Amino acid sequence: MARNWPTWLILGLTLTFLIGPFFIIIFAGMSAGNSLAFPPDGLSLKWYYKVFTIESFRASFALSMFLAVFGTLAALVMGIPAAYALNRYKLPGAETIRTIVAAPIIVPGIIVGLALLRYLVVPLNFTITMALFFSHTALVLPYAVRVVSSSLNNLRSDMEEAAVLLGCSRLQAFFKVVLPNIRGGVLAAFILGFVTSFNQVPVSLFLSGPGVRTLPIDMLSYMEITYDPSVAALSALLAFLSVAIVFIAEKFLGFSRYV
Amino acid sequence: MSDAFVSLTDLTLAYGDTVAVPNLNLDIREGELIALLGPSGCGKTTTMRAIAGLMTAKSGTIKIDNRDVTRVAANKRGIGLVFQSYALFPHLSAFENVAFGLRLKKMSQSDITTRTEAGLKTVGLSHLADRKPAEMSGGQQQRLALARSLVMEPKVLLLDEPLSNLDARLRLEMRNELQRVQRQTGVTMVFVTHDQSEALALADRIVLMRDGLIEQIGTPDELYNTPKTAFAADFMGFENIFQLSGQTLSNDAGQLRVPYTADAPYLGWRPGDVTIGAGDHQGHVTGVAFAGQHREYVLDTAIGFIRADADVHIPAYAIGDPVQFDLPLQTARALVSA
Repeated sequence: MARNWPTWLILGLTLTFLIGPFFIIIFAGMSAGNSLAFPPDGLSLKWYYKVFTIESFRASFALSMFLAVFGTLAALVMGIPAAYALNRYKLPGAETIRTIVAAPIIVPGIIVGLALLRYLVVPLNFTITMALFFSHTALVLPYAVRVVSSSLNNLRSDMEEAAVLLGCSRLQAFFKVVLPNIRGGVLAAFILGFVTSFNQVPVSLFLSGPGVRTLPIDMLSYMEITYDPSVAALSALLAFLSVAIVFIAEKFLGFSRYV
Repeated sequence: MSDAFVSLTDLTLAYGDTVAVPNLNLDIREGELIALLGPSGCGKTTTMRAIAGLMTAKSGTIKIDNRDVTRVAANKRGIGLVFQSYALFPHLSAFENVAFGLRLKKMSQSDITTRTEAGLKTVGLSHLADRKPAEMSGGQQQRLALARSLVMEPKVLLLDEPLSNLDARLRLEMRNELQRVQRQTGVTMVFVTHDQSEALALADRIVLMRDGLIEQIGTPDELYNTPKTAFAADFMGFENIFQLSGQTLSNDAGQLRVPYTADAPYLGWRPGDVTIGAGDHQGHVTGVAFAGQHREYVLDTAIGFIRADADVHIPAYAIGDPVQFDLPLQTARALVSA
């Protein structure tokens, strides 16, 4: 143990950097005072209660939930067939398609946001909600294709052939044999997409408009005006939510196998 | 022609521009157990996939039970296929795996249950109906895959390397199982294998394939005892095959003068047919292995390595010993071509 002290030191520092901010947020939100500070000004849970009473947070939370759930579902509806086609058929330009599909991860969010604003929202006259929905779908799509692809890779194609020889059409074989066996990957893709969409800032920043904001954007603008611990409290609650989702996913699905 | 149940006529199969099987003609009788035998890449699996409808023929026709199915989709042909990897559905129980195909037919629940249970019973898996495939042994999975195909009452049952994933003991068991099921159901079976002993043990007729063409068709007896070509002989365990011209045996390694001549371009000997301990020629022992009834020798000779078996009662030669041997004409098999 003594001889290993550098290892332990590095481990300790890593954990501090990774988890430390999380604790600071939790305690900053438990402040009894009126401004965001660490260490907190006495202890109380009043800011954790207050979060739920702020009207704009409720609206933006609802919007963020809507985008995360339906944007991810839309991405899966497009991503699963795309992953399947890329996986099972020798398509001309498959590599190009893969790269294009992955583009929203590679290109910085600021650029994606600006581009969507300039070429999608303005000329096509999209509503803000529509624009946000399409952009979140596009941002989640790469994760959907990737994660579903990796679980399709583990699925032998002769299983589908077996289903066909037992009387299935190709489509029936997909729904009866392929889909049930990539269920874990699809759920993992959903969770990853959900978290990605929910935490998305740079793209949403460009596309948010008056009265229509996602939760992270709303928190940013709230902080610009009101520097109280409610934002810390809300952040802590959201962090707990993410951890809970991933924990449950890992527990029941072995989430880390797919990501 | 009249008694052909499965009939492949001028069948050409290709992957893109690569022709795997050029112009195959084969008739299979109803209730026959046929082995498609050959080394990997000989087109045997391609042929099987074409019969199943998993690949489309480039030209030629496939007839099953007097119906042209060349352009019929795989799910409408009524053919069963037991995959080498079994291809069981991992998310379904053994019962549901077997019931899978029956559920796709318009069939009453009670019929499905009856037939599924009967299918599981046929392969001796009734007690494991609730297990998932992953919770079953390799042999049990194999039998489950067999039951899943059999309950569909296919016109033809195809099996891809049915014994290759099993250990020696299970292999024997499964071999008996396949023969029993075949007798019991009378189903026409075609199985693909690269293992001559499997083909010899199981099949009524063996179709030996080479580079997409049929090299020889015959009963196990015929192929084992009278292979026509050097390729067939090599596949059937003739480990010593030489070219004959005049009174000279030859191969890549050298030549050997023999006191006879024959009307065949090639002669082949099984290890047991080579005389060892006496004869006109001399070699050195470079390998010896004890095999129960006999010892298997490898001799280094003027025409390369010769494999020869000697009865165990003959005292063993050691590695490096000089030894007399002969390749007598009486025990040779005449082969018409390479």
